[in-house]
Amino acid sequence: MTEAVIIGVGLHPFGRFAGKPALDMGADAVRLAMADAGVNWPQIQGGYIGSYEVANPDAIVGRLGLTGVPLRGVFNGCATAGTAIALAARAIETGEHDLTIAIGLDKHPRGAFAADPSVAGIPSWYGQTGLFLTTHFFGMKINRYMHDHGISHETLARVASKNFRNAAGNEKAWRRTPLSPEEVLASPVLNYPLRQFMYCGPNEGAAAVVMCRADQAHKYTSTPVRVRATALRSRRLGAFEVQSPSFPVGEPVESPTVDAFRAAYELAGIGPEDVDVAQLQDTDAGSEIIHMAESGLCKDGEQERLIAEGATEIGGRLPVNTDGGLLGNGEPIGASGLRQIHEIVLQLRGTAGTRQIPGTPRVGFTHLYGAPGASAVTILST
Amino acid sequence: MTITQKSVAEGLFTWPADPSSPPRLIGSECADCGLVSFPAAPDCVRCASTESKERLLSDHGTLWTYTTQNFRPPSPPYDGPVAFEPYTVGYIELPGELLVEARLTEPDPDRLRIGQDMRLTLVPYTVLDDGTEVMTFAFAPADFVAVEEETS
Ligand SMILES: [Zn+2]
Repeated sequence: MTEAVIIGVGLHPFGRFAGKPALDMGADAVRLAMADAGVNWPQIQGGYIGSYEVANPDAIVGRLGLTGVPLRGVFNGCATAGTAIALAARAIETGEHDLTIAIGLDKHPRGAFAADPSVAGIPSWYGQTGLFLTTHFFGMKINRYMHDHGISHETLARVASKNFRNAAGNEKAWRRTPLSPEEVLASPVLNYPLRQFMYCGPNEGAAAVVMCRADQAHKYTSTPVRVRATALRSRRLGAFEVQSPSFPVGEPVESPTVDAFRAAYELAGIGPEDVDVAQLQDTDAGSEIIHMAESGLCKDGEQERLIAEGATEIGGRLPVNTDGGLLGNGEPIGASGLRQIHEIVLQLRGTAGTRQIPGTPRVGFTHLYGAPGASAVTILST
Repeated sequence: MTITQKSVAEGLFTWPADPSSPPRLIGSECADCGLVSFPAAPDCVRCASTESKERLLSDHGTLWTYTTQNFRPPSPPYDGPVAFEPYTVGYIELPGELLVEARLTEPDPDRLRIGQDMRLTLVPYTVLDDGTEVMTFAFAPADFVAVEEETS
């Protein structure tokens, strides 16, 4: 089986762009990725494209060129972009295509997501009585985690402050005003213990990644980034997941994030100790803390000390969400995971500018988690 | 004047409320492997059996975790009062059965603690234009319910 490598990445800024359709943002991201790879649209042999709000994201060919290229729309909740890149890589690995693209784009209205519970297989009373909110899960999961593992409110605030600080150095990020931990702790509680500035918000943006066969990479770039593993897992019975009216008692069952990382590390032949830079789903500050342990970067409870020491800062020994993460960038669902890939590629190339982590990073990963309990992991290396 | 009440959904908890016996959540039990589900489910997510029987769940448990809801949820699906009052939600562990997500009657997170005893109750989560209270299930700190019952 041949290996897929990334030869180009493109990112449309994340934020609010009144009057600009999601397809136009996506087309901009594709052009940036193609320019980065040094390829033209007619060379693209196939692609996967993800969006929550756009019913036919493959209509993007109307902006780029009607070449007859097979483009498949994918949607997998917050794991959409992880699914798009996995399938685009798989098309190369299995020999179907030599040059593929993964595209993500979205344009969400303001405010929290509203949906009919029935689309999630949940009865209507769950929504009517005010239980159908993903933010409840994040508040309850970190509240229990803080109780079990001695994590403080200050640590939650430090995570948010770090991500906003990183976003301030990212010209494509949405929330670019640095906030001190004290300012984060002074913001109103939304879902105890999580406060306003500890949550990310839905917004708009697009991203694209061009990939080719590893043995053809020399035609395009001297700095290919290898796709070492992609893994996706859904929830197992007994795991505590978002939008669960109930779940079984008994021994705790590990989350799909633990399962997906275990599979990805095994596929890649790479362990968490080898990772130089990480992108973790930080829907909220608590999620970043929990995902540090679920990804194997540390043990449960170690986050309190690691974060106080600055280990997850850009200059630390375990940099997390160097581009500001979801907290700093917001979450256009279809594009979010490709924004993560974009940042890891820049870091591994050594071209992340003021956000560049020191040394010569060789291994990075990206991670998505969302309803109804799905997790996607991608491991990249030089 | 009597207040008219109705349940938010059929088959969710014992209804109409019976003053002589406390309310119970209506779950189900897989006829093949015994997995307990709530709300009642015809199909088993452990063994894929399609045979199940009704099971009234324990009306006592312990608070496993909790959070607050400090902003009005998107509406629809939420159909609570327009004048929003923050509320709390949590998971209650019903020993040997399951963990169930529910509203909590205590709105102050500082008066909740993981591990405390909780008891099932019914609360009006909204009132219709004609005055009908729409009832849903909630869990109350067990000591609070006991005090209320003694004085009523
Ligand atoms: Zn069963």
